[in-house]
Amino acid sequence: MATLGPSHYSPYPVAVYENILPPPPGKALLFTEVVDEEVAMREAAKAMLTRENPTIFPGPQVIYAWNEEAKEKARLIRELAEVLEAKIIPMVDYRPKYPKIDPEKEINPNHPNLTIWHNNIKACIFVGVHCHYANVALKIIRAETDCFTIALCSNAGHEDAMITLRDQHADELRKFIEIAKEVKKEVK
Amino acid sequence: MQKLSEELKNRAGQRIVDPEYLLFEAPREKVFMTGSEVVKEAVKRASVDASVSYPITPQSEAAHLIGELWVEGYVGVYFRGESEFGVMSELAGCAMAGARTITTTSGPGTLRAMENFPMWAGSRLPIQLVLMARGINSPLSIQPDDLEVSFLLDTGCMIWYAENAQELFDMILAGFVVAEQPDVHVPVVNVINGFFISHTRESVMLPPDDIALPPYNPYKAPMPPIDMEMPPGRFLRDPFVMKSNYISYATHTSWQFEVRAAIERARPYIKKYLGSLIEEFGDPEAEIVLVSAGTGAAQSKEAVRLLEDEGVKAKVVKLRTIRPFPINELREAVKNAKVIFVPEFNVVGWLEREIRRYLYKHSDAEIIGGPRVAGGMTMPPEIIVKDVLNYLGKEVKHVY
Repeated sequence: MATLGPSHYSPYPVAVYENILPPPPGKALLFTEVVDEEVAMREAAKAMLTRENPTIFPGPQVIYAWNEEAKEKARLIRELAEVLEAKIIPMVDYRPKYPKIDPEKEINPNHPNLTIWHNNIKACIFVGVHCHYANVALKIIRAETDCFTIALCSNAGHEDAMITLRDQHADELRKFIEIAKEVKKEVK
Repeated sequence: MQKLSEELKNRAGQRIVDPEYLLFEAPREKVFMTGSEVVKEAVKRASVDASVSYPITPQSEAAHLIGELWVEGYVGVYFRGESEFGVMSELAGCAMAGARTITTTSGPGTLRAMENFPMWAGSRLPIQLVLMARGINSPLSIQPDDLEVSFLLDTGCMIWYAENAQELFDMILAGFVVAEQPDVHVPVVNVINGFFISHTRESVMLPPDDIALPPYNPYKAPMPPIDMEMPPGRFLRDPFVMKSNYISYATHTSWQFEVRAAIERARPYIKKYLGSLIEEFGDPEAEIVLVSAGTGAAQSKEAVRLLEDEGVKAKVVKLRTIRPFPINELREAVKNAKVIFVPEFNVVGWLEREIRRYLYKHSDAEIIGGPRVAGGMTMPPEIIVKDVLNYLGKEVKHVY
């Protein structure tokens, strides 16, 4: 659960208030540490392969076939899910759906904790979610659950995730899949 | 720094170049112009898609000049709003649709439009507002006074403060670049002291006007633009939550934190494009420090020169940004200070409050909220000098 800190009475810790900013270009963030992308990918794969009910949450940018990159990313995310033996629960849009959300089938950025609680998810990957909604959700997850969060972002990354990789496109996803295969051999 | 391809042109036929080239490397020529004219020159080089205006002194001329740019083909859309509230609402619509937008306002116009500023921030719209600060009613005043800035401090907008026309020009261009970063993507308010900057002619170095910033890319925005081609493909953004339950409150809380977090993420970009969040002037080791912004900083610099003639070492710490507030930079800059003066152009001392807040338990210096002028008064450097000399118990002979 949340820790007391600069957020005072609010249950939401906010990483930037602890002087944690998104990683610089070419780097990744592992908790509070700026690390090489490969190091972060390896730790992300390890978290997904060793924690209970690992789940990938793909967002609208990769679950709708609105351009060629989205189609390719979607295919790679399915491959990644197979390698990581992870479930896929989509974030199809950003409308709040409380209390009617079906947490088995869907996650929502306004109340992501409901899906995580219901499915007892201990590690997850956000990918293809618009940055604002990913950040709103990641703060809530960090406060309300003990889920290990990983953000694969096509822009600058998300400092509220435990691991964030920035500028992630199809080539980077392919690289992550290969690293995940290596890590799987080590931990399984 | 690599220039972008010479083949890339914007709607006005200007060659698109990297922001770094436009801001730091392109050759510049000296011109002599007012702050209002400088706004036009910056917008001319900014590939602006839309601007909405409404007349109010002292920003009317700048708004009018942006209209001329529309006539000349440099600005995509330009019209007069029904009021300042209308202007800011209409700009929100333009920005949600993916347009780069800018407007200007002053004093009562700022307050009339107030509801829109947190809405801009909460909707993650990188709209730019050039605020030519003037007095707030009542009593009615059209004169320079920056009280209105205090109303904007917690709207979720970035607030930058330009000292002169040159800085205003550079800040308008850098403002678009920083505000549109996907991890920042909140509005930027570029403040100047009305009349002192808007109506005063000074030397400004300008790059050529046949080059311009790259256009805004709304598809990297942290919220989807209103575009049925982009998923989740909805005409309007969804109202996030308006229910009376804990889940709704929690979402709203996280959302608000996210907007404030976005301002904090601007820090490295501001350092890149403005050099620093502060500027220091005078004796670096001085124990007498004047902390100010905008025209207050300009007058403080002159006061430091006069104090040097009196044999008193002093320095100015000019705050270029108020949001994000340069917390660490200020603490470092005043580490040797024994006394800190905060010259301001308003009666309430909002900048003094900010400085006290961030120096609490981080500085042993005495903080003096002043000198202050308001309602249109100028701040002659001599009154700053007089306050400093009085504090030091020195004879005040060269001033007054």
